[in-house]
Amino acid sequence: MNAEAPLQANGGTAPWTGRSLPRVEDAALLTGRGRYIDDLGAPPGTLHAAILRSQHGHARIESIDATRALALPGVEAVLTRDDIQALTTSLVVGVKAPVECWPIATDRVRYMGEPVAVVVARDRYLAEDAMDLISVRYAPLPPVLDPRAALAPDAPVLHEGLRGNLASDRSFRYGDPEAAFAAAPHRVSVVIDYPRNACTPIETYGVVAEYEPGTQSYDILANFQGPFSIHAVIARALKVPGNRLRLRTPRDSGGSFGVKQGVFPYMVLMAAASRITGRPVKWIEDRLEHLAASTCATNRATQLDAAVEADGRITALAWDQIEDCGAHLRAPEPATLYRMHGNMTGAYAVRNVSIRNRVVLTNKTPTGLNRGFGGPQVYFALERLVQRIALELGLDPLEVIRRNLVPADAFPYRSATGALLDSGDYGAAMEAALRDGGHEELLRRRDSARAAGRFYGIGYAAVVEPSVSNMGYISAVLTPAERKRAGPKNGAQATATVSADPLGAISVQVASVPQGQGHRTVLAQVVADVLGLRPEEIRVTSEMDTAKDAWSIASGNYASRFAPAVAGAAHLAATRLRDKLARIAASGLNLLPEEVEFAGGRVRARGNPDNALPFARVASASHWAPGTLPPEMEGGIRETVFWTPPELTAPTEADEVNSSLCHGFIFDICAVEIDPATAGIRIDRYVTMHDCGRVLHPGMVAGQVTGGFAHALGAALYEEHAYAPDGSFQTGTFADYLVPTATEVPDLRILHHETPSPFTPLGAKGVGEGNCMSTPVCIANAVADALGLPSITLPVTPARLAEHVFPPESEPPARVRPTTRPTATGQRGLSGEGEAVVDAPPQVLWDILFNPATLQAIVPGAHSVERLTDSHFRAEVTLGVGPVRGRYVVELELAEPVPPRSVVLTGSAEGGLGSGQGSGTVTLEPTPEGGTIIRYHYDAAVGGKVAAVGGRLLDGAARVVIGQFFTALANHASGGGAKRLGLLAWLRRLLRTGGRA
Amino acid sequence: MPRLSAGARHRVRFALNGRAVEAEVEPRTTLLDTLRGPLAATGTHAGCEHGVCGACTIQVDGSMARACLMLAVQVEGASIRTVEGLAPAPDRLSVLQEAFREHHGLQCGFCTPGILMTLDAYLRDHPSPDERELREVLSGHLCRCTGYAPILRAALAAAERLREDVSHA
Repeated sequence: MNAEAPLQANGGTAPWTGRSLPRVEDAALLTGRGRYIDDLGAPPGTLHAAILRSQHGHARIESIDATRALALPGVEAVLTRDDIQALTTSLVVGVKAPVECWPIATDRVRYMGEPVAVVVARDRYLAEDAMDLISVRYAPLPPVLDPRAALAPDAPVLHEGLRGNLASDRSFRYGDPEAAFAAAPHRVSVVIDYPRNACTPIETYGVVAEYEPGTQSYDILANFQGPFSIHAVIARALKVPGNRLRLRTPRDSGGSFGVKQGVFPYMVLMAAASRITGRPVKWIEDRLEHLAASTCATNRATQLDAAVEADGRITALAWDQIEDCGAHLRAPEPATLYRMHGNMTGAYAVRNVSIRNRVVLTNKTPTGLNRGFGGPQVYFALERLVQRIALELGLDPLEVIRRNLVPADAFPYRSATGALLDSGDYGAAMEAALRDGGHEELLRRRDSARAAGRFYGIGYAAVVEPSVSNMGYISAVLTPAERKRAGPKNGAQATATVSADPLGAISVQVASVPQGQGHRTVLAQVVADVLGLRPEEIRVTSEMDTAKDAWSIASGNYASRFAPAVAGAAHLAATRLRDKLARIAASGLNLLPEEVEFAGGRVRARGNPDNALPFARVASASHWAPGTLPPEMEGGIRETVFWTPPELTAPTEADEVNSSLCHGFIFDICAVEIDPATAGIRIDRYVTMHDCGRVLHPGMVAGQVTGGFAHALGAALYEEHAYAPDGSFQTGTFADYLVPTATEVPDLRILHHETPSPFTPLGAKGVGEGNCMSTPVCIANAVADALGLPSITLPVTPARLAEHVFPPESEPPARVRPTTRPTATGQRGLSGEGEAVVDAPPQVLWDILFNPATLQAIVPGAHSVERLTDSHFRAEVTLGVGPVRGRYVVELELAEPVPPRSVVLTGSAEGGLGSGQGSGTVTLEPTPEGGTIIRYHYDAAVGGKVAAVGGRLLDGAARVVIGQFFTALANHASGGGAKRLGLLAWLRRLLRTGGRA
Repeated sequence: MPRLSAGARHRVRFALNGRAVEAEVEPRTTLLDTLRGPLAATGTHAGCEHGVCGACTIQVDGSMARACLMLAVQVEGASIRTVEGLAPAPDRLSVLQEAFREHHGLQCGFCTPGILMTLDAYLRDHPSPDERELREVLSGHLCRCTGYAPILRAALAAAERLREDVSHA
């Protein structure tokens, strides 16, 4: 095998690799013949699952009653904690701490959206019906949501085994940071709160699981994306050896961006559901489940200090990072924190570094893989710091960047924290970006805009984009002594198989699991080049099957490893196959193997193209005539390569971590203008310079860059997984979690500077994640420059900028003050009041209020009202708030009765869609005409799903429901009985009785 | 419209990509679930099921509609067009589809069918759109892979190509 051989010229034409060929994938995807997980049909007898989830951020589960759900015809099972704990073990946790991680809530719920029960039924509609019939009693606990607050000694504790909320605390020291800080004339600091966001693929999670009792094995189909180290986690949780867990992925996946790594806890749940029901079980996640509870990037609280010379040179960095992994430390966390460990000095040559890394748990969704994985959090701090250094020292930010970049002659460069930066010329790439990106023109625009009194700013970001993760980097969370005990972990094995069939046609299989990146197209190009074929002659399959394919723990589609590692492995496998074919052909052509070349679909003599055999004939020979093969060559030609780069060694005793194999470079320039009327941000120009090594397919590289940029734009300006202080998740729809659309994403100027990686077979580096690292901070730097702000918090919404753009506002007059306000418990607060006039005396109304039968007729949406004591009622009601209609159990107590004049109503509601509490006072005042004026006022608080998806609608909905109650009371008392009011009369009544809040 | 009862299944008949089809559905069954389930037209995708992402966009009697926000029983007698009806033949792509392939207007392809249905309807009525107009039209669709730029290029190229086809016809 000769891996260093130049790519075969293709019949005298240029190589296929490097060209923007149309994608093999597209014809099917454009015509509705994609094969995503929900398109594959399901085995006969498949049942469908729906998941009942927590409506509280933090609460003890007192009881779960599924009796009525199980009674519904078509419902086969309801799984709760006991079922899951009987069949599985806790998911492995990545730190040495006494803490478990179950895929379903056990003693308590720790984040809103945490699974509480799995309903399995004949179809999904039925499963969701049954879900509404499960009653769960919670005892709410105080939540903790902020990572700094989670460290406070009196903070609510999520996992008692941990004592506090700190799951890991490691300090690192490289060079002599203390001496550098002592010697430096300047110390510059930034404090950052990086928010939570997620790349939200448009296809949600999906799992089909089947248990086979005869062999005690599981077959799971899921739109999982790897890493396949998680296969070991699932097998262990299901208590089977690895070969009893067959994990398969569909041909097509509707995007992932890391996020579909997080489907794995649901594989465990559905596997258990299949085992219990004896049938295959299918589950497709819905959008609310996805936004609230799938996974997201970590939020992080960072303080970063720099020791700086007068000329802007950074001599030391001191990092203090508090990583918020949410309610559970789910594999592979805390990897987000350590993925960047080798790159904590970014693109800069800084030799002295201290790092303190703390991992905390809070009452939010467990975090996981998300495009950029750790990069956005690190570079936001580092590149904000660089701008601050320029500002505080009165320097041009470009000068500060230039003075600190790793010099071109230093590659491969070992960073202070252990990364081996493979190749690059950062300075040249940056100067090219400034020149070709029209930087001078942007400076002139800024000058003229500012002269005219407008807000115009320019930001920069210089970023090293790591790719091909070292499987050993996560072990840096352990101390060197702990690592020694656990055994070394390192490498990044990529696998590829290239085979020739009996007709001499070539097939390729890789363990990569594409999620839209066109792997089949690129692999066909790469293999066609090696074998002298046309890409359309190569067949690439992208489904993965752990029972049949070659794979390893690093397999999967993450850490931008396809082009540098997987395509490289396919190149190596094809090269091995080519070398075998050359030996087979050599005897027939009467040549030495070295004299054989592959071009134009023929195997021929180098320099004498007439001495040739058809490729297919040579490739099929091992099947038809194994006896004619050269000595010692086995029949059947199928080459599998497991490739891992030797550079990816385990962390050293000194905690130096070469966390990734390849390091691309990005230099971004962003020019923004802030609208003085709306505080809206308009991106005037965005330039992004990439050095991603050798480009295999320019169209796809451009696609990765524009796609990553759009994600980053969302993270910078719009997206945030928002929680109310009570732990309610508030962004449960795409109307609340705002994703950029075509009107928000500006044109992007993409530039390239190519320095091939010396460490990868094709010289390629990853390119898919870089803009997620560079763009949020570049935009923030531009906004900070435009408004002269010392700090910026993402997402940079107009609301956040308003105070810097507009003059101070005067207090609104009292009567238009909004009625919505946060309550003491942090729930969403509502209050209102109203009155109605009824043609019946107070005693009649009083009797209605205390009679379950009449109450049932007037409580909106009531199915039943039950009298528990004289003054305590329980009702089941169905209420709709905006798009969310659900069943609630309402407990109502009538207190402080002054018959028949006044009573205080206190109530609580608990349902699948949320919870609420409130109290109100009703007074009944007789009128001279023998009627009654009913007056009421109420204070209520609402949390849970309704707050997540209907927050904007709650106030109005509450007013309508409460108005309905009193209208019905009035109507009933006036003798209307069960008679319904006409719409007009109803509206008139509503207007009269509606809250005058 | 006949009276429907919640517990019962009802027969719905309509035209799907020019062919008469029928399905037995509950009144609450969405059109999206009906297309994807009993009618096996899985090209239309469920992205959010609340009408924002646009992945399930289809044409109902020529107008764009979200299949996730319609009930199957609403389309009795209607003419429905989905992504499966765009290509002129199984092995040929339409002008719009071809433009998407040429300009890398898709990556994972999950949102693509909805976008194609919107553009197909829009370009029929607006043969000469400018980029700004197309951005507005596309803003009813979420795509997380492409960053939209290649979709806009594909749409503009398709519009131009369709105009040429008309002028040569």
